[in-house]
Amino acid sequence: MATTLSRDAVAGRPVDPAAPLLVVEDLHVEFRIEAGTVRAVNGLSYTLRRGETVAILGESGSGKSVSAQAVMGIIDSPPGFVTGGSVRFRGVELLDLSEADRRRVRGDRIAMIFQDALTALNPVFPVGWQIAEMFRMHRGVPRKEAREKAIELMERVKIPSARTRAGSYPHEFSGGMRQRVMIAMALSLDPEILIADEPTTALDVTVQAQIMALLAELQQQTGMGLILITHDLGVVAEVADQVVVMYAGREVEKGPSLPVYHRPAHPYTLGLMDSLPRRDVHTERLRPIKGSPPDLLAIPPGCPFRPRCPYARDICAAEEPPLAAVTSEHVSACHFWEEVSRERAGA
Amino acid sequence: MGRYLIRRLLQFIPVFFGATLLIFIMVWAIPGDPIAALAGDRVLPEQVVQQIRDRYNLDDPLIVQYGKYMGGVFQGDFGEDFRGRPVTDLLGQRLPITVRLALLAFGFEVVLGIIAGILAGVRKGGFVDNLVLISTLVVIAIPIFVLGFLAQLLLGVRFGWFPVSGVQHGLYSYLLPAMVLGSVSLAYIARLTRTSLIENLRADYVRTATAKGLSRRRVVGIHTFRNSMIPVVTFLAIDLGSLMGGAIITETIFNIPGLGRAVFEGVQRQEGTVVVGIVTFLVLVYMMANLLVDVLYAVLDPRIRYE
Ligand SMILES: Nc1ncnc2c1ncn2[C@@H]1O[C@H](COP(=O)(O)OP(=O)(O)OP(=O)(O)O)[C@@H](O)[C@H]1O
Ligand code: SF4
Ligand SMILES: [Mg+2]
Repeated sequence: MATTLSRDAVAGRPVDPAAPLLVVEDLHVEFRIEAGTVRAVNGLSYTLRRGETVAILGESGSGKSVSAQAVMGIIDSPPGFVTGGSVRFRGVELLDLSEADRRRVRGDRIAMIFQDALTALNPVFPVGWQIAEMFRMHRGVPRKEAREKAIELMERVKIPSARTRAGSYPHEFSGGMRQRVMIAMALSLDPEILIADEPTTALDVTVQAQIMALLAELQQQTGMGLILITHDLGVVAEVADQVVVMYAGREVEKGPSLPVYHRPAHPYTLGLMDSLPRRDVHTERLRPIKGSPPDLLAIPPGCPFRPRCPYARDICAAEEPPLAAVTSEHVSACHFWEEVSRERAGA
Repeated sequence: MGRYLIRRLLQFIPVFFGATLLIFIMVWAIPGDPIAALAGDRVLPEQVVQQIRDRYNLDDPLIVQYGKYMGGVFQGDFGEDFRGRPVTDLLGQRLPITVRLALLAFGFEVVLGIIAGILAGVRKGGFVDNLVLISTLVVIAIPIFVLGFLAQLLLGVRFGWFPVSGVQHGLYSYLLPAMVLGSVSLAYIARLTRTSLIENLRADYVRTATAKGLSRRRVVGIHTFRNSMIPVVTFLAIDLGSLMGGAIITETIFNIPGLGRAVFEGVQRQEGTVVVGIVTFLVLVYMMANLLVDVLYAVLDPRIRYE
């Protein structure tokens, strides 16, 4: 999938060869709605390197999708606004780019796939057309040639009889095949970053594994960086290099995936381990975390997890815990992270 | 598709007979004696009256009259008016006029309605949106004959921008009546397009299209537009019928010698054959148009499968 375009610049600005692929720093996103201001992302930071995978983990509403949309620059605005922080793609600040320049990055350099490919694909256009549109709009490739390229891509993501299926509509495919179409479309211009927002949540377990395997294989071939938003802790342990655990728009724990997985240092991460289904461990029964996340319109002072936290003490209501270094790479936003990390110390 | 078409055509049969029978009963139920109306102040000899009654089967029971009439229709005979002129002649003369009026009205409402709806929908709550919402509400709230007389008085008589009545000025004479005829549907189409567009703009596939790096213009104009048109096309199918109905009022106001006015005059003169003949023909046209739109609908939305 080599392209003839130079990849040493981003929207006309030279890249910094020493910079990591993507650096997100202290990202803040809010939605200004009638009821008030929803603080959906409050200070998220992570670094994605070439060929690596960063997993973003968290309950529904924790700000995973919104943070990914901020990186893509596709937040509904209004009501949504990126109010602070930095998103640097190979050293180039994306938040400073004009909408027209950002559009050149979107889909071409950074692509995204979504949870439900049935609704994410346009129901009234053939899938081949939808893939070919990438070549036609970004590269000015003529219709016929773009169609051939689309068929090649469909073959590459292992859609059987791609040539005939290119004329089919999204509803004529199975869930897994539809997600393959999404992947083909996202990878059409050989992006350097792929953001996958819960790409397997809507699929059967066996199909989930196939899609994850496909993503891993494609990542191996292309060396792209992958931002994987997921609920599946097993997947995190298997494929992620780094993991960021989000709660109420904040990062509560972050680090290389194995230490975070095997020795979590935040009560919320521990709770997630017991509450979410895992492919690698057959848990007897799931224990959901009691209670629900705070109202993002009015996040109380102190630790946002306090009302649900079995470790909570007085200080938790008064002081918001800073990110404490568990190791040089592993951080946890908990006053009592040492106590928490002893929980799984023997494991 | 073939099987679907056959089924639809079979459905035509009860619809056709039901609609025409209803019309027949309604015309028959118009109070007064048609022959007396025809004669005006004169007193016709008993013999002549009986002759007319025989000729139009007026002494048969209603259902027999209907049966005889339908028998004629299937041989291309839509009956005669009281002056002995075949209704088919009347149709041939008046139909092109009404078709011209209806097509103009249809084009007017579809083009302007969709444009207004899109402009309103892309900036929900903006100035254009409010303008469209309020003006369409006004148009919908005012009865069409009031709107027609107002337009005639203001744009025709007062400002003299358009011919006031008749069709002496060629296509130009049809403009104002067509705008009046299409106005209410235009308002509905604008509102429907707006709602449908706003709803579709929230859809997941729009987010995908944006994430593909497409321009806003393409996201709205290609991806969202096609999907937004699906309910609008459904409305258009129903609307064809109201255009025909509206033509009766509009042609009367603007004195346009089309089918609508022919029906109006037929009702006034209690010429059952004329009313039933024309309406029967319109029912046929309407059903065919509906079928055509249904087929178009499948082209627009591939998820629809006719089997
Ligand atoms: N367009 C919007 N308008 C207002 N609030 C929004 C909008 N989009 C997202 N939010 C809010 O932002 C918060 C974070 O949402 P987000 O979609 O990122 O959650 P998530 O972590 O992806 O959850 P899920 O697992 O359900 O996908 C939610 O509380 C949501 O209500
Ligand atoms: S800071 Fe306190 S409330 Fe928050 S997670 Fe740690 S122990 Fe629980
Ligand atoms: Mg989400």
